[in-house]
Amino acid sequence: MSTTFDQVANIIAETCDIPRDTITPESHAIDDLGIDSLDFLDIAFAIDKAFGIKLPLEKWTQEVNDGKATTEQYFVLKNLSARIDELVAAKGA
Amino acid sequence: MRLEYFQLIDRIAEIDVGARTVTVEADVPSESTIFEGHFPGYPLMPGVLLIEAMAQTSGWLLIAALNFERMPFLAAVKEAKMRRFISPGEKLTVKARLLHEGSGYAMTDVAIEAGGKTTCNATLTFSHVPFPNAELRSHMEAMAQKIGFPLEAIRHG
Repeated sequence: MSTTFDQVANIIAETCDIPRDTITPESHAIDDLGIDSLDFLDIAFAIDKAFGIKLPLEKWTQEVNDGKATTEQYFVLKNLSARIDELVAAKGA
Repeated sequence: MRLEYFQLIDRIAEIDVGARTVTVEADVPSESTIFEGHFPGYPLMPGVLLIEAMAQTSGWLLIAALNFERMPFLAAVKEAKMRRFISPGEKLTVKARLLHEGSGYAMTDVAIEAGGKTTCNATLTFSHVPFPNAELRSHMEAMAQKIGFPLEAIRHG
């Protein structure tokens, strides 16, 4: 069974045409992989569908803009994967 | 349609917020300065305006789904196909379906029919934000009245 990170990495590779082997858990989607906010909507769409969740992008963006969170907390892939796991767990609770 | 004012749809024929679908009607004008340039001696509805018509149709669906509290803005156009020419005077039916509601964004599948056949279709992505100012909201409310958008029903759920 593939991990959440594997699924996310595969989605990013396919959606943004980025070589899969360059995507690691430490990769920052924006700073390292060069994914912009519009491209990230396609990734969010694929993640929402794959995991049956709704990534709270507006809330995350607001938190970053307000200085209450860093982009690393949401866009480094190991952290993004952890957020997804939390959302999936919350859905099943 | 009033092409010069970017008013691309004329009437909402049906909107089903629960099913996340909308159908609108749009009559291509017989004459427009747009046709003087596109093209001289061979007037055709520009593809970019057909895409805009699909975007506006989707936009009304999203405004309804968002209880007239947020304004959608076109962010991406995918798989847009112009399957045949659209000429002045043609009557169009535009049908949109909400494909996905994300956080601050949405995607629609939308198609234009003319003469009972699909002539254009696309998958569109929108970002949406609270109405940025009272002037735009007021304009959209006036436009809603004009095209038969069920404003009161949407507001009161």
